[in-house]
Amino acid sequence: MGAAFGGPKHRLTVKSSEFLHMANYRCLFLINASGDIFLEKHWKSVVSRSVCDYFFEAQERASEAENVPPVIPTPHHYLLSVYRHKIFFVAVIQTEVPPLFVIEFLHRVVDTFQDYFGVCSEVMIKDNVVVVYEVLEEMLDNGFPLATESNILKELIKPPTILRTVVNTITGSTNVGDQLPTGQLSVVPWRRTGVKYTNNEAYFDVIEEIDAIIDKSGSTITAEIQGVIDACVKLTGMPDLTLSFMNPRLLDDVSFHPCVRFKRWESERILSFIPPDGNFRLLSYHVSAQNLVAIPVYVKHNISFRDGSSLGRFEITVGPKQTMGKTIEGVMVASQMPKGVLNMSLTPSQGTHIFDPVTKLLSWDVGKINPQKLPSLKGTMSLQAGASKPDENPTINLQFKIQQLAISGLKVNRLDMYGEKYKPFKGIKYMTKAGKFQVRT
Amino acid sequence: MTDSKYFTTTKKGEIFELKAELNSDKKEKKKEAVKKVIASMTVGKDVSALFPDVVNCMQTDNLELKKLVYLYLMNYAKSQPDMAIMAVNTFVKDCEDPNPLIRALAVRTMGCIRVDKITEYLCEPLRKCLKDEDPYVRKTAAVCVAKLHDINAQLVEDQGFLDTLKDLISDSNPMVVANAVAALSEIAESHPSSNLLDLNPQSINKLLTALNECTEWGQIFILDCLANYMPKDDREAQSICERVTPRLSHANSAVVLSAVKVLMKFMEMLSKDLDYYGTLLKKLAPPLVTLLSAEPELQYVALRNINLIVQKRPEILKHEMKVFFVKYNDPIYVKLEKLDIMIRLASQANIAQVLAELKEYATEVDVDFVRKAVRAIGRCAIKVEQSAERCVSTLLDLIQTKVNYVVQEAIVVIKDIFRKYPNKYESVIATLCENLDSLDEPEARAAMIWIVGEYAERIDNADELLESFLEGFHDESTQVQLQLLTAIVKLFLKKPTETQELVQQVLSLATQDSDNPDLRDRGYIYWRLLSTDPVAAKEVVLAEKPLISEETDLIEPTLLDELICYIGTLASVYHKPPSAFVEGSRGVVHKSLPPRTGSSESAESPDTAPSGVQAPEQPAVIPTQGDLLGDLLNLDLGPPVSGPPMATSSVQMGAVDLLGGGLDSLMGGGGSGGGSFAAPSTAAPANLAAPLGSGLGDLFDLTGGVGTLPGSYVAPKTVWLPAMKAKGLEISGTFSRQVGSISMDLVLTNKALQVMSDFAIQFNRNSFGLAPAAPLQVHAPLAPNQSVEISLPLNTVGSVMKMDPLNNLQVAVKNNIDVFYFSTLYPLHILFVEDGKMERQMFLATWKDIPNENEAQFQIKDCSLNADAISSKLQGSNIFTIAKRNVEGQDMLYQSLKLTNGIWVLAELRIQPSNPSFTLSLKCRAPEVAPYVFQAYETVLKN
Repeated sequence: MGAAFGGPKHRLTVKSSEFLHMANYRCLFLINASGDIFLEKHWKSVVSRSVCDYFFEAQERASEAENVPPVIPTPHHYLLSVYRHKIFFVAVIQTEVPPLFVIEFLHRVVDTFQDYFGVCSEVMIKDNVVVVYEVLEEMLDNGFPLATESNILKELIKPPTILRTVVNTITGSTNVGDQLPTGQLSVVPWRRTGVKYTNNEAYFDVIEEIDAIIDKSGSTITAEIQGVIDACVKLTGMPDLTLSFMNPRLLDDVSFHPCVRFKRWESERILSFIPPDGNFRLLSYHVSAQNLVAIPVYVKHNISFRDGSSLGRFEITVGPKQTMGKTIEGVMVASQMPKGVLNMSLTPSQGTHIFDPVTKLLSWDVGKINPQKLPSLKGTMSLQAGASKPDENPTINLQFKIQQLAISGLKVNRLDMYGEKYKPFKGIKYMTKAGKFQVRT
Repeated sequence: MTDSKYFTTTKKGEIFELKAELNSDKKEKKKEAVKKVIASMTVGKDVSALFPDVVNCMQTDNLELKKLVYLYLMNYAKSQPDMAIMAVNTFVKDCEDPNPLIRALAVRTMGCIRVDKITEYLCEPLRKCLKDEDPYVRKTAAVCVAKLHDINAQLVEDQGFLDTLKDLISDSNPMVVANAVAALSEIAESHPSSNLLDLNPQSINKLLTALNECTEWGQIFILDCLANYMPKDDREAQSICERVTPRLSHANSAVVLSAVKVLMKFMEMLSKDLDYYGTLLKKLAPPLVTLLSAEPELQYVALRNINLIVQKRPEILKHEMKVFFVKYNDPIYVKLEKLDIMIRLASQANIAQVLAELKEYATEVDVDFVRKAVRAIGRCAIKVEQSAERCVSTLLDLIQTKVNYVVQEAIVVIKDIFRKYPNKYESVIATLCENLDSLDEPEARAAMIWIVGEYAERIDNADELLESFLEGFHDESTQVQLQLLTAIVKLFLKKPTETQELVQQVLSLATQDSDNPDLRDRGYIYWRLLSTDPVAAKEVVLAEKPLISEETDLIEPTLLDELICYIGTLASVYHKPPSAFVEGSRGVVHKSLPPRTGSSESAESPDTAPSGVQAPEQPAVIPTQGDLLGDLLNLDLGPPVSGPPMATSSVQMGAVDLLGGGLDSLMGGGGSGGGSFAAPSTAAPANLAAPLGSGLGDLFDLTGGVGTLPGSYVAPKTVWLPAMKAKGLEISGTFSRQVGSISMDLVLTNKALQVMSDFAIQFNRNSFGLAPAAPLQVHAPLAPNQSVEISLPLNTVGSVMKMDPLNNLQVAVKNNIDVFYFSTLYPLHILFVEDGKMERQMFLATWKDIPNENEAQFQIKDCSLNADAISSKLQGSNIFTIAKRNVEGQDMLYQSLKLTNGIWVLAELRIQPSNPSFTLSLKCRAPEVAPYVFQAYETVLKN
């Protein structure tokens, strides 16, 4: 009872008349890492940008931008935010609303910007502010998402290209399509009609990321695979595709693009769909720890501090484990060293390394792993003289890529097309990458 | 050439330049100018001055230009309502355009212009668009109805748009259906009583069909709408579940979570014996796990919801512990949530893994996270009994690291482990004592002191240890001081011979040198106890403590059930029902899980009724405040309805029990205890008088039976803290003043499923220094559905802080579950003291002396008493009549009263025999009390 009177931490008050269920986005603010609002868009009514002060407060409290909480209550609004490409996308909402709805939507906005402009950055957004505004207006009406498929959006608002900008300037034509997007109301809202290509091609990339935590002794604590099948389909007309797998049993936890016919999957374990035009994510899946997840690399490490000594030893070696004979490339090792480490003097057997004495971040760009000559990084760390040995052990973060391998063993059996007469060119690629791959020391 | 050029116009004369360009003849120049205007708008510049010029550009064939002008209009129409009317014609015309895109655009924009004058012009175009041949226009118009409703609800109803909207639920196009549902739900939420979304099996079927075909966002609207439906039986529930399950595989996490909500809710209705029930449970795990591989912001919301789901149905994720393991570069808000869920899922089967992880986290960099990890180890020890030993040894390992905050945190949790498993792990005390010097946080110091006091007999140098803390007694925080006081008294009772001096020292520090009423009161009670009867003291101070319950942070079941209905909403993120953060609970309907139906009702679910007290068939509906009030009034009039009468009476004695108990054993047992004890000298009894007096009052009250002692007016009890806000604890009460002592008469009711104990009460500083004169004594733990009445004696020697309103009292009540806060207003007459009668001469002099601007006048209406009746009635509440005069047929009463803090209030009450309204003039040196004194007059006279 000592400090009984702190009072409830957040007192959330919303006038009951304003308490609606729907996603009432009041406005969207785009804020850069240094805390400047560089774009605002209001829907129902204009909300003063001073509402962002609550956000700035939270931003100040958080040690890093990534740690800013995604839901912030203020006396009259809620601020829901996502942080991507070093930009905060902050939605201001006034009423009870499914927060995932808003956050999903914000991510979709970012994806759309990226799709439209190639990169999503403050400069790019400012350079295309009118298109940004037009796109946002098409994406949301009074809290109801309108068109969020980039296929459809691109029919409504044409993405800027250098050529089009020049042509528009000369002819005075516009970026805005004046036809109702054909997909908007059909039973296949994701696909526009009248698609024509001279070269008909369909590419599928099976990309798997391994998330893993490996403990000191090298044994696996958790390991899971996040897989996706990304497609780039440029096919004329209304093709109907089926994709089957050699081992569909692996896929017990899947999320589909809306185009996939769920019933067919349930009964036959076949992906049957009319694809959107262009790039899209057909499927994402999750292979969890219960199934065997192969770990393709190992890290041998010896990082030791001694009490009283101002020098510590540092040694790591990276080697291949279960790679099915494929080469591991693009290996990067990064580790946040304890605060007490002043500097490091290291020699790599290959690649380049940097230690930043300010952020204490060690990164080592290893490159390919040659199984005959394992890459290693050895040397000493200089510690603060007289300080006791650091409390925490550094964690090693690993990145790598393996081409032509889906580590789960997932294999596409065949791809068939119905509904159109031509013969498309088909291609399937596999790749395995490290996701959040961490080795504790 | 990029749009950034629009930002680079020179500040000076910017608006003027734009104005010229907007009025240019060249189309291209116009468009560029509008773009510049829009660009300025996006960065928050005020370009509303250009309104007429921009609106002039609206009549155009160029769709892009039209859209841009519309964008501008939406932003500024509200600030220029008269100008906005200029746009109406164009809208009406555009709604007839052959191009559906333009029709839709026009109807969409119109709805966003929140200007009353315009709305009526919108009705005709909107009506047409709702019946448009093109579904794109219809779906846009559906949303427009919701927008219009938000601006002018009456208009929408009068125009019959709601019926049209309902018809759209049967539209052939799924997108139109989804938008109609969305619009109707939005409208319905602002009219909770209306029956807009009248869901029946037919309409549900339509929704389920549309669910498969509409966009992902439409699916969310439909799923949220389905969640409000109450299936008529388990078969219908199952068939809806079957059709919703495929949504779990959707790529949009919001769709997934809304589907989870529907399933979690309807599952309640399914019998557990059903094969389908098991299948459904299995199907729920993978999508929840998948949510955790999404972006961190999505993960956070998902984790908050999973936290609810694992409390409701732990079986769903019991095998998925590993996905909650923390990655070191997870954002901190994700880390903390994962940790919480790890503890909830901890069981004997996985505890080894969990502990290894927690130990790992305890060496991370982030201090907050490390602390929480250490706490988590303690919680595991308490939750999983078989693992307690392992947890303790893990904690000892951590203490060996000597990292300061880890050590402190570990000691705090070890204290809890000692309480849960007494006499089991005391061997570690030696190790703990080694770290005494490094403890600098109050909570850790208090925990350590508690341990030393509790196990004083096993620690050879306990007296030295405690003495070392005593040196800086006044610099310690209150919790440490209180703990030290108790610990030393415990030590004295265990080793009386060596520690007499120490205990004298701490008692005098606590009672004479401290300003803290809690500390002082506790000191006096100990002092008195020790001096009257050490045996009784031993019984009280060294009494067996109730074991701490397993999981104190579980959400109370009725609240949990309600929150399950709100999965995916902000309520689920904050773990509070929407009513908790909506001012006034009007407009919010409490949701509750459907009752389980079906054939196998006899095989009741073991998990819904852990304590076996509340019948699980009862739908968990939290009664409204009104109902509770009614119940309480009934309770007051009749004999106690709930709870055994035994408990009631024993607790009424609560306030005096401490002393009474001592008295009993004094007579019976005789002084067989150790060292004799010198009674405190003169300082103590003066202050003890107040609580003692009230104890006496209570005794009278008990023997008198009904409790109608002459005293000031006592208002009926009202609910101060509804059960919903306090995890099942309901508190109602009132204030009374009898024989010079004030008390707070409380009824505590346990509406939760678990037993409540360890009650304590504290007041915030308040205007008159009201403070409890004794601890809140609830003797037996309060069983579910049981109530106790308690009279808590109050004194007015607490700290003073002016409150607004003046008679506001903020109260904190603690029990084994949590600490709860509420505030209440006390009637001022409980503060009118018995010696408030002023001498006549004094009265006259004072009345003259107080400046006239301090005089306040009030009307007391509808009071039919005569002057004498008034006098005697007021006197009962310590408002004393000093003189009575009759002036021109009016009775004038001159009265005085004195507040506990010595403020005098003088009153003149004018009574006209024919008029039921009296005039009350109050004069006081502190005029701000006048309105409250007036309230007191009203209350006393009218009751």
